Amino acid sequence: MSLAEFWYLLIAILFVGFFVLEGFDFGVGMVARFLGKNDTEKRVYINTIGPFWDANEVWLITAGGAMFAAFPHWYATMFSGFYIPLVFMLLALIIRGVSFEFRGKVDDPKWRNTWDWTLTIGSFLPPILWGVVLANFMTGMPIGEDKEMVGGFLQFLHPFALLGGVMMLALFLVHGLQFISIRTTGELNERAKRLNDRVSPAALILLLSFVIAGYFITDVFTYHGQTFIILPLLGVVALYWGMSRDTGERASFALTTLSIILLTGSIFLGIFPRVMISSISEAYSLTVDNASSGAYTLKLMSYFSLALLPFVLGYQAWSYYIFRKRIKKEDELEY
Amino acid sequence: MDALMIARLQFASTTIFHYFFVPVSIGLAFTIAIMQTLYVIKKKDVYRKMTKFWAALFLINFAVGVVTGILQEFQFGMNWSTYSRFVGDVFGPSLAIEGLLAFFLESTFIAVWVFGWNRLPKKVHLASIWLVWIGSVASAFWILSANSFMQNPVGFEFAGDRAQMDNFLAILSNPHLWAQFPHVLVTSLVTGAFLVAGISAWKLLRKHDVEMFKRSFRVSIIIGASAAFVMLFTGHWQAQYLVESQPMKMAAAEALWETSDDPAPFNVYASINAEEKKNDYELQIPYLLSFLSFNKFSGSLDGLNQLQAEYEDKYGPGDYIPAVKPLFWVFRIMTGVGGLLLLLGLYGGYVSRKKQVPKRNLFLKFMPWAMALPFIANTAGWLLTELGRQPWVVFGIMKTEDAVSPSVSAGEMLFSLIMFTVLYSLLAIVTIYLFARHIKKPEFHEEEQETTSDLLETGEGGSGHVTS
Repeated sequence: MSLAEFWYLLIAILFVGFFVLEGFDFGVGMVARFLGKNDTEKRVYINTIGPFWDANEVWLITAGGAMFAAFPHWYATMFSGFYIPLVFMLLALIIRGVSFEFRGKVDDPKWRNTWDWTLTIGSFLPPILWGVVLANFMTGMPIGEDKEMVGGFLQFLHPFALLGGVMMLALFLVHGLQFISIRTTGELNERAKRLNDRVSPAALILLLSFVIAGYFITDVFTYHGQTFIILPLLGVVALYWGMSRDTGERASFALTTLSIILLTGSIFLGIFPRVMISSISEAYSLTVDNASSGAYTLKLMSYFSLALLPFVLGYQAWSYYIFRKRIKKEDELEY
Repeated sequence: MDALMIARLQFASTTIFHYFFVPVSIGLAFTIAIMQTLYVIKKKDVYRKMTKFWAALFLINFAVGVVTGILQEFQFGMNWSTYSRFVGDVFGPSLAIEGLLAFFLESTFIAVWVFGWNRLPKKVHLASIWLVWIGSVASAFWILSANSFMQNPVGFEFAGDRAQMDNFLAILSNPHLWAQFPHVLVTSLVTGAFLVAGISAWKLLRKHDVEMFKRSFRVSIIIGASAAFVMLFTGHWQAQYLVESQPMKMAAAEALWETSDDPAPFNVYASINAEEKKNDYELQIPYLLSFLSFNKFSGSLDGLNQLQAEYEDKYGPGDYIPAVKPLFWVFRIMTGVGGLLLLLGLYGGYVSRKKQVPKRNLFLKFMPWAMALPFIANTAGWLLTELGRQPWVVFGIMKTEDAVSPSVSAGEMLFSLIMFTVLYSLLAIVTIYLFARHIKKPEFHEEEQETTSDLLETGEGGSGHVTS
C-alpha cells in the first residue's frame, strides 16, 4: 500500500467513523423534540448524547484537516465545488452545536422551544446534505481539466442524490432510535422502539433502493468487480436484522452501526483509486495519486496519526465507558 | 463587489468573530483550572462554587468558539481553493494535527468535566479541566504554526505549481511562530483574567456573594497582572522580530514613508496622506523608534517607498504597500490598550493585596468597562498581522488576489457572507444576553449547574461506580 493509499484509507475511516458516531446523535437530535412529551422527557433524550456529540463532530473536523493535508486537491475541489450545500451544512452544525449549550440556560418554555427547533433542524439537514454529497461522489461531478468543479449547485440535486439524502436521513434516524434504546429505560425507551418499528421498514426500503440504483447508475459498486455489491447488500441485511425487537437492544445498535459502516465504507472503497470522479472525462478525475501531497508530508502525518490515534481512541472509549449508564427521568439533567 | 472582496470580508469578519471567543476559552479555562486546583488543595467549598460560577460562562463561550471554528477550517477550501491547492501540503498538516492532538482532547474532556462532577475521583476530574486547557493551548499553537507559514514561509520547496513541505522542523521552529505564540498565549490569559476581574468588580460593588467574588477578583487580578507584565515583553519581542522579517508591515504601522534618520523618531501621531505617499503632519518622540526596534538609541528603518522599490525589483511590478492608515492606528490602539491593561492589572493587584476587597469604588466601577479592552487589543493585533501581510496571502510567494476559488461565483459568496453575518449577529446577541443574565442574578446556586450524571448511580445498565 502506498502512502497516499494509506491516507485515503485513514480519511475514509475518519468519515465512516463520523457517520457512525455523529449519525446516532443526529438521529437523537431529530426525534428529541417529538418523542419527548414534556421538558423533562426531551432533556432525557438530549442527555443520551450530551457527553458525546462534540467529540463525535471532531471526527468530521479531523477528516477535513486530514483531507487538506494529505489531498489538497480533493479538499479544494470538494469544498469549493459543494459550496452551497456546505454553507447549509455549516449553518446547521452551528445552530445545532449551540442549541445543546443554550437550551438549558433559561427556564422558559418559549426559549427552550426555540432551541429545540434549532436542534431539530440542525440534526435533520446534515444527514440529507451528506446523502446528497455521497450520491454525487458516486455519480461523479463536472470536474474540469483544472480540477475545478463547473456549474451551479442545482446540478447536485438529481433524483439519485435526493434518494441518497432521504436514505441517509432514515438510516441515521433508525441509528439514533437504536441508540436511545440502549441509553434509556421504561416508557421513553418503549416510545423510541415504537417509532423505530414504524420507520425502520422505510429505512430498509430506501437503503435497498439506494444500493440497487447505485449499482445501475454508478460504477462504484462494480468498479472492483461484480461481487463487490455484496458489501453494501450486507449493509442492507444488517439493517434488516437489527430491525427485529428479538435481536436485543445492544445487538440492534451494533447492527445499524455495521450497516452504516458497510454502506459508507463500500462507497469509499468503490470510488477508490479515484477520490472524486469527473463526469466530464475519466482523465479529469482526481485520484489518490494526482490529488495527494508529497511523500514527506504523508510520511510525517503517518507518524503523527499512528502515535496519536491510540490515545484518542482510548480516551474516547473511556468517556463512553464512564457515561454508559441509562438515563432516567428522575435524574438531574443537563440542557 | 467581486468574489475576492467578499471572500476577504468573510474571512476577516468570521475570523475576528471567532477570535472573540478563542482567547476567552484559553484564558478562562486557565483561571477555572486554577480555582478548581485551589478547591482540591484547600478543600474549601467556596472554591468549588467559584469554579462552577465561572464555568457556566466558560461553557457558553466555549460552545460558540467551537461552532464558529468549524467554519474556519472549511472556508479555506470553500473560498480559497487555489490557495488550498497551493499550500495544502505545508499548511494542511497543522490543521490535521490540531484536530488529532487538540480538538479530540478538548471535546472529550470538556464533556467528561461537565458531566463528571460527582462521578469521578476529584483529581481525575481536576485533570480533565487541565486537559481541556492544554488542548486549547495546543490548538492555538498549531493554528499559529499555520499562520506563521503564511507570514514567514519556511520548510518547503516548490514542486511544480505547488508548495511542498520538505522540513517539518523548520515549520515548528519558524521564528515567526515563536514570536507570535507566546504573545497570543499571554494575551489570552489577560483576556480571561480581565473578564473575571471585571465581572467580580461589578458583583463586589453590588455586594453579591462577597466572599466568592473577593476571591475571584484576587485570583484573576494576579493572573491578569502577571500575564500583562509578560505581555509587555512578548509584544516587544514580536514587534522587534517583525521589524527584521516583515519591514513593510512595521513601516506601515509607523507610517514611515521614507527611510528614517539614524536615530529614528517615533510617530505618536501622523496625518497620513496615502495618495501622495507621505505624512502631512507628524508628532514625534526622538530616538524612540530606534530604541523600540533595536533596544539601542541608534539605527534607522527602511521606509515604505524604499521597500516598495526593493520589492518591485524582487517580485516584479505591483503595489506592495499595505493599507497604511489602518495599520498605523491599529498598532497604536493595540499597544496603547496593552499599556493601559498593564497599569490596571498592577493597580488592581496593589489595591487587593493582603486579601482585602478593593476599597476604591472608582476602580471597581471602571473594571467592568475594562473587560472590553483585551478584545479591542486582540482584534487590533490580528488586523495588524493580517492586513500588514497584504498584498500577500503567503508572504513573498502567493498574492491574496490569486488565492480565491475560481469556481465559486460572487453571488454564492455573497449569499454565504449574508447568511453567516446574520447567524453570527444572532449568536452574539444570545451570548451577551446569557452572560448578562448569569451575571445579574444576585444569588448563585451550585445545584442549578449539576448534571445528569449526579444521580445516574441509581440507574440500571451500568455496573457500579467509577469512583473508588
